[in-house]
Amino acid sequence: MTIAVLSGGSSLEREVSLRSGKRVTEALRGRGHEVVALDLDEHLVDHLTDHSVDLVFLALHGKAGEDGSIQSLLDLLGIAYTGSGATASALAWDKSVTKGVLRRADVQTPDWRVLSEDAVREYGAGRAIARIAERVTFPLVVKPVQGGSSLGVRLVETAGDLAPAVMSAFQYHPAALLEQVVVGTEIAVSIVDGATLPAVEIRAKAGPYDFGARYTHGATEFHSPARLDPAVAEACAEAAGQAWDALGCRHVMRADLIVDDDGTPWMLEVDTCPGLTETSLLPIAAQAGGLNFEAFCERLIDVARNQSLAA
Amino acid sequence: MMTEVQLDPYQSRYARRAHGMTTSEIRALFAVATRPEIVSLAGGMPYTAALDADAVTAVTEMVIRESGATALQYGGGQGIDELRERLVDVMAAEHVRVHPDDILITNGGQQGLDLLGKLFCNPGDIVLAEGPSYVGALNAFSSYQGYIIHLAMDDEGLIPESLDDTIAALREAGRTAKLLYTVPNHQNPAGVSMSATRREALIDRAQRYDLLIVEDNPYGLLDFKGEQLTCLHEMDPDRVIYLGTLSKIFSPGVRIGWVVAPPPIRRKLTLLKETADLSQSNLTQYVAERWLATQPWLEQVERYRELYRERCDAMLDQLSLELPDDCSWSVPTGGFFVWLQLPDGMDSKELLPSALRARVAYVPGRAFYADGSGAQEMRLSFCFPTSDSIREGVRRLAGVIRDQVALREAFYGRQTPTKDDVR
Repeated sequence: MTIAVLSGGSSLEREVSLRSGKRVTEALRGRGHEVVALDLDEHLVDHLTDHSVDLVFLALHGKAGEDGSIQSLLDLLGIAYTGSGATASALAWDKSVTKGVLRRADVQTPDWRVLSEDAVREYGAGRAIARIAERVTFPLVVKPVQGGSSLGVRLVETAGDLAPAVMSAFQYHPAALLEQVVVGTEIAVSIVDGATLPAVEIRAKAGPYDFGARYTHGATEFHSPARLDPAVAEACAEAAGQAWDALGCRHVMRADLIVDDDGTPWMLEVDTCPGLTETSLLPIAAQAGGLNFEAFCERLIDVARNQSLAA
Repeated sequence: MMTEVQLDPYQSRYARRAHGMTTSEIRALFAVATRPEIVSLAGGMPYTAALDADAVTAVTEMVIRESGATALQYGGGQGIDELRERLVDVMAAEHVRVHPDDILITNGGQQGLDLLGKLFCNPGDIVLAEGPSYVGALNAFSSYQGYIIHLAMDDEGLIPESLDDTIAALREAGRTAKLLYTVPNHQNPAGVSMSATRREALIDRAQRYDLLIVEDNPYGLLDFKGEQLTCLHEMDPDRVIYLGTLSKIFSPGVRIGWVVAPPPIRRKLTLLKETADLSQSNLTQYVAERWLATQPWLEQVERYRELYRERCDAMLDQLSLELPDDCSWSVPTGGFFVWLQLPDGMDSKELLPSALRARVAYVPGRAFYADGSGAQEMRLSFCFPTSDSIREGVRRLAGVIRDQVALREAFYGRQTPTKDDVR
């Protein structure tokens, strides 16, 4: 069986994706698999054909790999792949859609509003930013509706900072999510092949858990299992399970939550193609659950292959 | 139960100077800039494809055939005599007179900067530098916990008068500046050269305030008109440490730079160089020496100069055609870079993702300041892409800037925003 590890592409998260891809490639080769590493470009279909690829391990982060388009393509080509299908990917990729689905499934998620670039440019919402600011409660987090790795994310404490933050988010995606801030402990819960892994607690040593804190060794303190009351940990796991079902995920997923001072978990977003770098949350959770990185990659390959055989 | 996950078990052992080193968002975004569909006006890579490959092959073969055993051996700390003699000729082309014994060969000009940081900077020591300044120098001094204070510059380079207030303030605080770092010729990133009058005024003030100057001169021979201004080193060799490099006039791949310094400093630097890497690669030293000895290297410099002049013209023409009136930019007389000023309120770092989506890359201005300024500025390089690519890149960049102007107007109307609008 030939496995293609697909990473890179021209997404703004290219570097993170290449790091994930390289690590997966080495792990699978270490397990004796025949692996070809592919950088996503216009030759993708040719490469898949030329190498007679049977299964694609998706290590893409950013638009192409996470919005469902690559998944749709692989479905059309009849090639098995790891991770969620096209629909679940598309639902999870758009943070406002995800939050809507979560709320309908009774998963707690902070209040939010969406401000689109069209509304600002075409319908006069930019000039009405003061009125909009009156309708939301500060502090809030402004982020691109689509995108990952905390890129374009800003904490906004006053009305005067709202417009610059929205413009900053628009650099990444033409719609900004204005999300209520929940103060508490940052938690990530990952699910692999339906099994919930121990939660990871995230504490950036200085400032927010931003891009630098995410990808610099030692800049963030991680605890896994998270230091949560067992009932709270159970509530987090249950919320992640509900999100998995509501979005229709398969194989792997990571949910990011904040546990507030009352012990209530609030889900912020769901990642169907989570980072797999040395500092990423999913591998930390897998390790805490007794699954080292190689075994984790092997598990994903197995479940993807078995599912395609059954189909 | 121990729950903490140690991703870096060595964290507590690192020296304080390593604590500030983090993964940057900008660096990650630049991973996209290497894609072929992106016009990169970001990197400062010399166009080495303009080298005569057959000549380089011949020279390399000559080295292996004639001096193979020596070239593949360890070398001395100061660098091989033969190359230091050739570098005297290179400096003579800029009318700088030095003796081969005064030269220490380093692994590119960058190692010279690192060794100077190591030799002079205690934590908190002050280094003066133009604002903006070469990012590699800022990083080198900062890695030894030097504290950078920027000096004002304009189209004629560093403004020597700006030293008066800075030095007065330092004296008031009981402090002195360890070094003054400057790139007088076709500065990276601003693209401008220090005028002859300013050079005299700077040396005059350096003598008055007892300052030690580091003159970094990678681009001196790349003046588009072939003109040269007197090097600071020539004006006061006891007060000026000179950094040279073959990276821009031959090849950055051979990693040949050099330091010319007063003998006590040069001796200390040689010891530090030996501690860092025992010796420069003998192999590339011999290749560089044979290149300078047997090839018409000044003709190659002329080829580079013409190429960069043509590309610079393409960039300047396109900037004039495409950019909104409230942008301004430097007009280089040589070197690799144009320094661009965006309209009020715009932030070049914020703009980068949009630029990358529009398939053009540049370096945001803040990279060239140690104090967080430069938000409204960016560096555009014209050394590597072809003239056609440069024109297309500027077209794309102009589209991004115009689009951003429109977005700002959608929020703020046409009036100029106040600083409070742009936090």
